[in-house]
Amino acid sequence: MIFVVSFLVALMLVGAVAASVFKDLISAVIAAALVSLVAAILFYLLAAPDVAMAEASIGAALTAAIFIIAIRRTKRYEE
Amino acid sequence: MRRIAAILLLVIVAVGISRSLVKIPFGAPKKKVATHYINEGVKETGSANIVTSVVVNYRGFDTLGEVTVLFIAAVGLGAVLTRSGGKETRPIEPASLILSTGCKVLFPLILVFGSYIFIHGHLTPGGGFQGGAIIASGFLLIYLGCRAGRISPEASKVAESSGGLVFILIGLLGLLFGGHFLSNFLPKGTVNTLFSAGIIPIIYIAIGFKVGSELAGIIDNLIEES
Repeated sequence: MIFVVSFLVALMLVGAVAASVFKDLISAVIAAALVSLVAAILFYLLAAPDVAMAEASIGAALTAAIFIIAIRRTKRYEE
Repeated sequence: MRRIAAILLLVIVAVGISRSLVKIPFGAPKKKVATHYINEGVKETGSANIVTSVVVNYRGFDTLGEVTVLFIAAVGLGAVLTRSGGKETRPIEPASLILSTGCKVLFPLILVFGSYIFIHGHLTPGGGFQGGAIIASGFLLIYLGCRAGRISPEASKVAESSGGLVFILIGLLGLLFGGHFLSNFLPKGTVNTLFSAGIIPIIYIAIGFKVGSELAGIIDNLIEES
């Protein structure tokens, strides 16, 4: 259990760092969505399925979609 | 220079948070209010899901505020993004047969799943917010995949307003019959059956409609704009 949770936390850290480092904003949004998805799995493992559901549907799906729609209107690459 | 300042600031925030959180033991024994919710919650509210009994019953007024914040955000976005009458000029290329057929098969299933989540909010994990978000993601699928139709803004507005109205009406009826706003005046029924927990399922269905139509409206506004 502790190994699974540690692995997931490490994955979240990698995703968060990647989201701030990537110059391609669409990739950054995907990395941020990965953080949300892993957070949802963690919430489920820590016995909070209600929060996990909200995190997966809002954090991973809707927020990423709204960001991508916004990026389509602006520039895709960061200078 | 700016980068160093940002890193310094982050380090300060991280140290502050860790120093303040490290004192709290993980999984500490529950305090008085939490113990009361866990031991008496099912008996007092009739809801098998304790989280729902806290969100809708004990802290129902907070939930009303939360729904209002979401409503204000959706209205503000609509006010900023709505174009005055201009029709979409860019031609939309039709989606391929596989994509549009897949969307049409998946969309009703997503709707049924979202409705299940908020109708069974007092029995299983989930509730109005989660079910509404799932329904909105179904509409997102339709917008991205089929590009065929739009939900009519009138229907969306009717669903949203009636959700909010039902929430407030139930609260006022509680004031009338139970003595305080949002009091659980309906019979509790048998725990773990669909028709139980008094006003909780009604309020969660209203929240599901409201949140679903608001989030779908936000996506609709954004896609229409782009």
